[in-house]
Amino acid sequence: MRIIGLTGDEAVAYAVKQCDVDVVAAYPITPQTIIVERISDFVANGEINTEYVCVESEHSALSACIGASVMGARVFTATSSQGLALMHEILYIASSLRLPIVMAVVNRALSAPINIHGDHSDMMGSRDCGWIQIYVENAQEAYDTTIQAFKIAESPNVSLPVSVNLDGFIISHSMERVEILDDEDVKIFLPPRKPLYRLDVENPITIGPLCFTDYYFEFKKQQAEAMEKSYKTIMDVMNEYSRVTGRSYKFIDTYGIEDSEILIVCMGSTCGTARYTARRLREKGEKVGVIKVSLYRPFPSEELIEAIKNAEALIVMDRAVSFGASSGPLCSDVKNTLYDAGFKIKILNIIYGLGGRDVSQKDIEQAFRLGFKLKSGDIKDRVLWLGVRE
Amino acid sequence: MSKAGWRSLPIAGIIPKAGSSLEYKTGTWRAFKPVVDEAKCTFCLLCWIYCPDGAIKRLDNKGKISIDYDYCKGCGICASECPVKAISMVEE
Repeated sequence: MRIIGLTGDEAVAYAVKQCDVDVVAAYPITPQTIIVERISDFVANGEINTEYVCVESEHSALSACIGASVMGARVFTATSSQGLALMHEILYIASSLRLPIVMAVVNRALSAPINIHGDHSDMMGSRDCGWIQIYVENAQEAYDTTIQAFKIAESPNVSLPVSVNLDGFIISHSMERVEILDDEDVKIFLPPRKPLYRLDVENPITIGPLCFTDYYFEFKKQQAEAMEKSYKTIMDVMNEYSRVTGRSYKFIDTYGIEDSEILIVCMGSTCGTARYTARRLREKGEKVGVIKVSLYRPFPSEELIEAIKNAEALIVMDRAVSFGASSGPLCSDVKNTLYDAGFKIKILNIIYGLGGRDVSQKDIEQAFRLGFKLKSGDIKDRVLWLGVRE
Repeated sequence: MSKAGWRSLPIAGIIPKAGSSLEYKTGTWRAFKPVVDEAKCTFCLLCWIYCPDGAIKRLDNKGKISIDYDYCKGCGICASECPVKAISMVEE
């Protein structure tokens, strides 16, 4: 184990370097650029044996990844925002073909107006693409999750693509202390990929044939089932990685849930600010806590139900908007989960941080205050845009 | 014929053996079928070149073409391209 200073993007690139990736096909886009720059440095310096494919667009990048993955290769790509949007149709092909591709999505707002800063609208726009989606809180988690993502994706029980989501700039460009595993430990944790099927001229098969009304439906059910069954493998991989590193990885991370009246549910870099703020408020005797959702797809419903059962009101914070819907994407998932479980708890959805608008301790404290008002019935709104100017 | 359910179908919709398209008889799609007038046919084989489905057979009878109705979809390209109007499209 070593400790080095890395930005979130550099941490992802370093993880890719240690994972002995066969093919990287990527197109640079802010704020993902540093990931692919560092990987191309590693290739140019002869530090890794990766085939680096320079492509003319993100659509081609993911298409090339699919081609390589079908050949049995370990494959990585990375993108942000408009790049992810341009990949949209190929995202579905990767998951439908059950190809274990790992992609870092450095979350950035979608145009218009054009903006390069962090929010979750890019991945949420492709939420239903059939990829496993994990959100990280800092550079350490970006490094750790990238390594775990390969193991999850390539597990024969899963065989699905995985996106590792890190907040643009806040995580991608902030330098932090990152604990790095020895190359040998990563090799032991992540053995070479054994594909479920592959292109082989000696044993020809057809991949991606036409499939009409008589069979398409069955293949979608297969995919839904694969996602459902992936919970166990994801948990096994997280447990194994936690044992190896001593750093705990779970579907959701909780702080103060045992006695909290008000819980904030959030994802990404905001979780750190929320936990810090909650700690300060708890020191003053206020019963507040935080639930960090790390695994977003498949959604950790069971763990969430267990975590909120003692709370009296929830603040669910969405860094994305679902225009015309009754709440943001995370809040919709939370509400679905709790309704199905028979919970009737007060929930306020907070839309925040769009286009990279900073979220400070004061904002989180205000969110907790709104939670107490919600609990006492002094607030009727179901959705509030935190800090937006009138 | 009963169709396989999702539990028994191959993963990701792959077809694990080669050459399976032969089992898919696309001739049932046809509304008009090409009929060859052998008296007019000069065996120039333009129909064989143009046919998008490989449904023109040229080896069975030397010097004559025939049509593989198992796979011919009735698109009519052969009739359109034939320089001596030896192929006509007849409603099924």
